[in-house]
Amino acid sequence: MAPRLPASFDDAEIAALEETARQVRISVIEAINVAKAGHLGGPLSAADILTALYFKVLRIRPDEPTWPDRDRFVLSKGHSAIGLYATMAHRGYLPVDELLTFDAVHSRLQGHPEMTRLPGIDMSTGSLGMGISAAMGMALGARLQRKDFLAFAMLGDGECQEGEVWEAAMAAARHRLDNLVVIVDENHLQQFGWLVDRDGPTRLVKPPHTPGQLADKWRAFGWRVLDMDGHDMRDILATLRQAIEQTDSRPTAIIAQTVKGKGVSYMEDDYTWHSKPLSPEDYATALADLGAGTEAVRQ
Amino acid sequence: MMTLPMGVAQREVFGRVVAALADDDPRIVVVDGDVASSTKADIVEKAHPDRFLEMGIAEQNMLGVAAGLATTGLIPFVSTFVAFAVVRPLDQVRVLIAQTGANVKITPSYAGLFTGSTGMSHIIVDDLAIMRDMPGMVVIAPADDVEAEGALRWAAQYEGPVYVRLVRDATPRVFEPGRPFEIGTVAVLREGSDVSLLSTGTQTPRVLQAADLLAEQGVDARVVHVPTLKPLDVDGIVDAASTGRVITIEEHSVLGGLGGAVAEVLSEHRPTRLDRLGFQDVYPESGTNDDLLDLYGLTPAKVAAQVAERLRR
Repeated sequence: MAPRLPASFDDAEIAALEETARQVRISVIEAINVAKAGHLGGPLSAADILTALYFKVLRIRPDEPTWPDRDRFVLSKGHSAIGLYATMAHRGYLPVDELLTFDAVHSRLQGHPEMTRLPGIDMSTGSLGMGISAAMGMALGARLQRKDFLAFAMLGDGECQEGEVWEAAMAAARHRLDNLVVIVDENHLQQFGWLVDRDGPTRLVKPPHTPGQLADKWRAFGWRVLDMDGHDMRDILATLRQAIEQTDSRPTAIIAQTVKGKGVSYMEDDYTWHSKPLSPEDYATALADLGAGTEAVRQ
Repeated sequence: MMTLPMGVAQREVFGRVVAALADDDPRIVVVDGDVASSTKADIVEKAHPDRFLEMGIAEQNMLGVAAGLATTGLIPFVSTFVAFAVVRPLDQVRVLIAQTGANVKITPSYAGLFTGSTGMSHIIVDDLAIMRDMPGMVVIAPADDVEAEGALRWAAQYEGPVYVRLVRDATPRVFEPGRPFEIGTVAVLREGSDVSLLSTGTQTPRVLQAADLLAEQGVDARVVHVPTLKPLDVDGIVDAASTGRVITIEEHSVLGGLGGAVAEVLSEHRPTRLDRLGFQDVYPESGTNDDLLDLYGLTPAKVAAQVAERLRR
């Protein structure tokens, strides 16, 4: 079978993906502005990776979302739902305008992904730590039925505090699931975190991993670990290509270095933007930061 | 008191039936939480090693894996104890299985008191209440080995989440072998006009025997077995109230299980004097099967005595 990804991408393809990721971020801001609720920092840190997956990596059919042989993607960090919906909308799973129903009653776009409402969501998530287990089951299901689809799960670095993540890490390595790829969106912030410096200017809300420690943990559980810059489209594609084209009977964990709130000046690396409504001024600044033209602005 | 033949232990039925189902259906798989020698899932491992998936002592992951397997078209049966299928991974059952309608069969054994003298960490007496409270979940407590086999076979062909509560040790047989299982209907096992005794699971044979003891005292008790806590046979329960007096008996808490369900039905549809026997909002302790049944008033003699006493009130 032909490789899923070419060995390299030309500048125009990379630029097109970067443009798509920018549109995804604008859609996230617009939807959150209408919903007056929802998570911001996480979807923005994940947007480049989600774009790469849905536009270049995943073997999917947006017009046949439940195609049995599709690659599976589970957003284990379900609170980044609007980032996933926006990516799927730009990929053709749903109308981009539908993003403005996010979080509203009767919407297919629930606050956390809900597979029974929106075809194309491979697993309902939201309670942290669970998506990786479901993705592991999908990878096992592929192997048992001799199918060649892959299972991807995206986790948050804060989410890696859940015990179930490490249950899954143990079991997936034991089952040698080389068709399972976990991407940890290591944006280095979580909602509240630990107060480490009582006299400091702000709370230090970093997860309890020192640099490199998260990779060491996955490696210790028997996983192959790859590092990538989660905002460098060329690096994202090269790393994902390595994860799926060069398997070695181990599951793969990609530790993606990202910036929470990426693309919006005042949100970047500010934990308070984990989840917060936008004021009119916030909204205007966010759109300006993302280079949104006036035609994209919806009130 | 009538003697009932002993049946095969329900956990043994689990191993045999799932192995037989797997013979005919390549979609059948088992996920096990390191207790296959206890739940008899080892029968499946022997027959179909490729479809026996050991998940280790990590039940939260195991239930999540089951949900993922189901989305690929497989039919996972979960092998563990009730304590570690219902309570430990409760949020995984809720979010990944019940809320998604996953085609997962949660079929643990070691239900109720028969857990091999393990004590209150392993004895779960609120599993029916917990599972019954989940939208979309089918909840079955079979009376014996015959009904356990029927329930497991029914679960395999039903598309959606099913909970079947199975017992570790051999218990008396109530039904003729080969009797087909019918979802959502009560079974009237004995006619009677003084009082209706409603029970579920393997408490039912002990209630049948209690009815015999009551007959010796001149009490004509109807015995109604309620194998399916969800969907609930509302008409069957309302009919049972035609004796004018209802008593539920369960190897389970009186809160939220059979007693709770019957209270809900009768208060809405046919207000009737109701007494609920079972665990009265207490945690159990360890002991032999017989000692525990006696301690919590679930032997035929204790049931008969309590019923007679309630009827005098």
